[in-house]
Amino acid sequence: MKLARKDILGIRELTVEEINLVLDTAESFIEVSTREIKKVPTLRGVTVMNLFYEPSTRTRTSFEIAAKRLSADTINIAAATSSVVKGETFVDTAKNLEAMNPDIIVLRHSAAGAPHMLSRVVRQCVINAGDGAHEHPTQALLDMMTIREKKKRIAGLRVAIIGDIAHSRVARSNIYGLTKMGAKVTVGGPSTMMPRFIDRLGVELHHHVDDAIRDADIIMMLRIQTERQDMSVFPSLREYANLFGLNRKRMALAKDDVIIMHPGPMNRGVEISPDVADGPYSVILDQVTNGVAVRMALLYLLSSGGN
Amino acid sequence: MNLLIKGGRVIDPSQGLDAKMDILVENGKISKIGKSIPDGGAKASKKASALQVIDACNLLVLPGLVDMHTHLREPGYEYKETIETGSEAALAGGFTSIACMPNTDPTNDNRSVTEFIIRQAAKCGLVNVYPVAAISKGSEGKGLTEFGDLLEAGAVAFSDDGKPVMAGGLMRRALEYAGSFGVPIISHCEDATLSAGGLMNEGLTSTELGLPGIPSISEEVMVARDILIAAYTETALHIAHVSTAGSVDLIRDAKKRGVRVTAETAPHYFCLSEEALTEFDTRLKMNPPLRSTADVAAIKKGLRDGTLDAIATDHAPQSSIEKEVEFEYAANGIIGLETSLGLSLRLVEEGILTLPQLVEKMSLNPAKILRLKKGTLKPGTDADITIIDPEKAWIVDVKKFRSKSRNSPFGGWQLKGKVIHTIVAGVVKFTDRE
Repeated sequence: MKLARKDILGIRELTVEEINLVLDTAESFIEVSTREIKKVPTLRGVTVMNLFYEPSTRTRTSFEIAAKRLSADTINIAAATSSVVKGETFVDTAKNLEAMNPDIIVLRHSAAGAPHMLSRVVRQCVINAGDGAHEHPTQALLDMMTIREKKKRIAGLRVAIIGDIAHSRVARSNIYGLTKMGAKVTVGGPSTMMPRFIDRLGVELHHHVDDAIRDADIIMMLRIQTERQDMSVFPSLREYANLFGLNRKRMALAKDDVIIMHPGPMNRGVEISPDVADGPYSVILDQVTNGVAVRMALLYLLSSGGN
Repeated sequence: MNLLIKGGRVIDPSQGLDAKMDILVENGKISKIGKSIPDGGAKASKKASALQVIDACNLLVLPGLVDMHTHLREPGYEYKETIETGSEAALAGGFTSIACMPNTDPTNDNRSVTEFIIRQAAKCGLVNVYPVAAISKGSEGKGLTEFGDLLEAGAVAFSDDGKPVMAGGLMRRALEYAGSFGVPIISHCEDATLSAGGLMNEGLTSTELGLPGIPSISEEVMVARDILIAAYTETALHIAHVSTAGSVDLIRDAKKRGVRVTAETAPHYFCLSEEALTEFDTRLKMNPPLRSTADVAAIKKGLRDGTLDAIATDHAPQSSIEKEVEFEYAANGIIGLETSLGLSLRLVEEGILTLPQLVEKMSLNPAKILRLKKGTLKPGTDADITIIDPEKAWIVDVKKFRSKSRNSPFGGWQLKGKVIHTIVAGVVKFTDRE
């Protein structure tokens, strides 16, 4: 079992078979995290560098735990966002890290395409841990894993993704992944947050959230970046919560057995009301648990497939 | 030394000429065009050795190409390009005259900078360099520069290129004031509030890549505004680097109504489209950005029907410092002097333009727009001549560029049609040695 590629830059270029391979492998790793001694020697001697140009608690910790449970050595680098005018360039940093011979570099960067650039300049495997508003492939994989776990399938399900699609890498990766796996994806949110021609990515577009979530099997809420109200993308948090937030009443439009997902961190009371976030349909914390397994699977598949 | 160019196909739209002819050049000027000018036709037959004969059999002999939109980066950014290296690149690309934009450091917004550029160009003695001076001081869009003084120093037009003139009031005054001197305003049309933060064309590709978009309307609303102001003030407006279908429509319509508007586009806007950006290649980042395939088709149509008068390069050198960074942080710009002719000849191959039409757009029209006595082979004018082999295929090798910079996405492209000789004021300044 191998992933015949050097890097995981996005979901867009993955095949259905590759996605299934990652999800199957991840499922087999869940058990490791429930053992008394949560460690297997699989990746002993492998070095994983977490290069984070953007603050992140969840994703970085998840990658670190995933690597440690496989006995890999991990190094975390929190880098200041590169700048043209001062400091070391991204390429120079990358080449310096390459010279220390890590095996896998996990990159989070605020600039879309940075992982692609990294993969061009270093020989190591690169895993994209989120690049700008482009892709967040491990998030989409853990989301798909959670959906499969709860619903036993992905094909044929109705998934509503609600919020700031234009600025969301989570939305893009999930749109690419879920449509590939045969789900029916609808997106909803203010028209100012819908990127141009989004419908051409094979999703159904609704400007009224009620229409987007009607009969949904899964509702995926996106985090709202509150600073965008200054840019006239939406008028106020109050109006956003009223028109686009997920509350119990609105949730009733979805299927009875709907599950609620959120990539975190949540703005309680804005895109999601506390009773929904903490309610019985919420699988938000299962997503986090599965995140470790998905990342273990990728580290494993890349390091055994890379050489 | 005098020159006799024999047996080439001479294409000179200024005289409606397209025939196999000889051209005699004496004292830096065209002295005669005709069928079979004898070698002894040079005045001083006793100094026959002083007559250089160029065999132009199977070659095209054109009025020297004129690029009305380049960035030479000197003064201030000599690590990207200098007047000398930019002129060398121009010669290799068949250009005998180039107009350079004022976004240097310091900005070309006063006589001393204009004079410096002209002095440097004279020192290199390669091509004719015509400075375009800034519309506003520091191109900051506030007060007008001293148009009269700048024109006297040698500026040929005014532009804040690189930045839009956001205030309609200032654009009105600039057009009126420039109009009183009989020179055009070259407008970089962009509503900066609509393009703010944008990194590429807003469309399906930007949606796929998650890159903030620059909508076509950011260009078009300014094209519309400037056309309205030019019509109202009855002045001459030239629109730089047209990239969208909407702009082409607006300009076509304005021309029909008799507005004094001219426009240019650049080869990348008819050779490349937004889909090329999928790999986040910073060499494809420029402003205005590469647009959709529908825009590319509209640009070609605009060139064909005459809406777009000129092909300019918008040669914008950037070093690896500006380009080998994350896409978001990379500077805009693409170099073009050495590929423009080869890329533009594809339009002839595709049947969009005839050869004489192409020569008009790359030589006669830009000269006319800038009020230069160039772009012609009429006897008595400066002998600026470009001789090309239209059949010669070549592969673009950025390592061989004369330009100091390498920011071209065309490396590896196979092009047909290569410059063989570039002649400025009767002197052969460039000869292809390959």
